[in-house]
Amino acid sequence: MAISQRYTREIPHRYRLEAQKFPSGFVSLPRRYVDPISGSREFEKIRLSGKGTILSYTIIYVSADQFKLLTPYAVAVIETDEGARVTAMMTDTNFEDLKIGARVEFVFRKIMEEGASGIINYGYKAKIIK
Amino acid sequence: MRDVAIIGVGLTQFGENWDQSIRDLFAEAALKAMESAKIEKVDSLYVGSMSSGLYAYQEHLGSLMADYVGQIGVPAVRIESACSSGGQAVRMGFLDVASGMHDIVLVGGVEKMWDVEDGTFVLATAADQEYEVYNGVTFPGLYAMMARVYMERYGLTREELAQVPIKNHKHGVNNPYAQFPFEIDLKAVLSSSMVADPLRLLDCSPITDGAACVILCPLERAKEFTDKFVKIRAVGSASGPIAFHDHKDLTRLDAVKLAGERAYKMAGLKPEDIDFVEVHDCFSIAEILVAEELGFFDYGTAGKAIAEGQATYGGKIVINPSGGLKAKGHPVGATGVAQIVEAYLQLTGQAGKRQVSNARFGMTQNMGGSGGSCVVHILEAM
Repeated sequence: MAISQRYTREIPHRYRLEAQKFPSGFVSLPRRYVDPISGSREFEKIRLSGKGTILSYTIIYVSADQFKLLTPYAVAVIETDEGARVTAMMTDTNFEDLKIGARVEFVFRKIMEEGASGIINYGYKAKIIK
Repeated sequence: MRDVAIIGVGLTQFGENWDQSIRDLFAEAALKAMESAKIEKVDSLYVGSMSSGLYAYQEHLGSLMADYVGQIGVPAVRIESACSSGGQAVRMGFLDVASGMHDIVLVGGVEKMWDVEDGTFVLATAADQEYEVYNGVTFPGLYAMMARVYMERYGLTREELAQVPIKNHKHGVNNPYAQFPFEIDLKAVLSSSMVADPLRLLDCSPITDGAACVILCPLERAKEFTDKFVKIRAVGSASGPIAFHDHKDLTRLDAVKLAGERAYKMAGLKPEDIDFVEVHDCFSIAEILVAEELGFFDYGTAGKAIAEGQATYGGKIVINPSGGLKAKGHPVGATGVAQIVEAYLQLTGQAGKRQVSNARFGMTQNMGGSGGSCVVHILEAM
C-alpha cells in the first residue's frame, strides 16, 4: 500500500492543527484555495487552539475494517473556538458524558495502522473537558 | 430544448443476486427496457455506478455495457456522483436528447455490492476520505449525527423515527422487485442491532445487487414506439459540501433544496402539484429531511407528519410507493434510475397494488453522500 505520501501531506493539519482563516470568517482545517463562502482566495494561516464544542455525535457499532477493534467508539462533529468544523473520533471519554454542547479538547493519538508492513497513522482525537 | 419522453423501462430483481455479475445485471435491465420500448438500437448510452471499481474491480463501464447489450460503436460513458450516480445519468441522457444531439438514449444504473467484504469502506469513499473517514466515521454515522440534532431540536422520538421504515416496508410488500417485500413492526425496528447510535439496522437501507434502465427519446417521437410513455417535465441538480461537518445547519440538506427549487422552477409547479415522490431514504432520517427540503412539510414537522400517516396512501403525499431504498433495496448506482422506473410505472398505470390513483405528476429525488449532490426529476403522465 503506497499511501504513506498521502499521509505525510496532511501532517501539518493533523499533527499541528494548521488551518486557514478566510475573510468571510470561514475556517478550514483541510488545505483550501478558495473561500467556499465568499470566493476569496486570500486567507490567514492560523493554528487551532484545540478547544471546541460538540455539535453532534454518534457511537459507531459497525465500522470499516480498519477500525473494527475499536468498536463501539464515538465520533463527533466539533466546532472549534476559531470556527473550524472538524469530524473527530472521541477518546478518553465515557459515552454517558457525550452531549451536544459539551466542551472538548483535541489530543494527539494513533489513528490506525496501514496493515502489517505499512506505517502507523497518527492524528487528532477529541476528549471531553470536565 | 426538445421535450423528452421515457418510452421503456427495465429492472432486475433487487437483492443478493449471487448468480449475476455486474454485466449480467446491467444487460438484463437494459434488454428488458429495449424490449419494452420495442427498439434494438440506441444512439447513445449512459451508465450510472458509484463504485464498480471497488465493488466489482471493474471500471470502464460505458464500453463494457455497450459491448454486452449489442451497441458497440455508440458513445457510452459512466456517470459517477456517489449514491446519486443513477439520477445524474438520467439527467445526462435527458440533456443528450433535449439538446438534439441524439434521439434514442439508453440510461442505466447498476451496482454489484455483494462481491466485497468491506462494503462499509466502499460506501464511505463518498465522504471526505482524509477529514471524515480517516477519523472513523461511517455513512450510517453521518446520518446518525443528523438524526441526533433533529431529534433533540424538534422533539422527534425514537418511536416516531421508526415509522419511516415501517411505512416503506408496508409499501414494499406490493413491489415484486423489492429485496424485502415484507412488513416490519415497531418492536422489530427498536430491537434491531445498533449500527450508529441512534440509528439501528432497520433504519438503514440494505446492501443490494441490482440494475435499472430507461429508454429516452424526443417526446414528439414517443408514439412511434409505444402508447405507454411519460414526459420528463423537469430536472434540477445541485452540489453541496463533501464533508457533513461543513453543512452550516446539520439538519439541512442545501443541495436537495437547490435541486428541488430548480426542478419546480423548470416545471412551473409547486410541491402541492406533486402526487407522489420517490425520495432517497438511505436512512430513516434522510426521508424526513428530504421531505422538508422539497417543500412537502415545514422544517421540523416531517417526522411527526410521516408518523401520523401523511406520507402514505390517503395522506398529504405518497412518499416512496415503491418501498423506497429501505424495502426495495439500494444498489447504489442503480437507485436513481430505479426511482425513475417507479415513477414511469405509476404514471402509466402499471404499478399494480401500489398504484397511486390519478397520479399526474411524480417526483424523484436521488442524493449522493451526506448531501454532497442531489438530482430531482419531475415526470408527467401523458
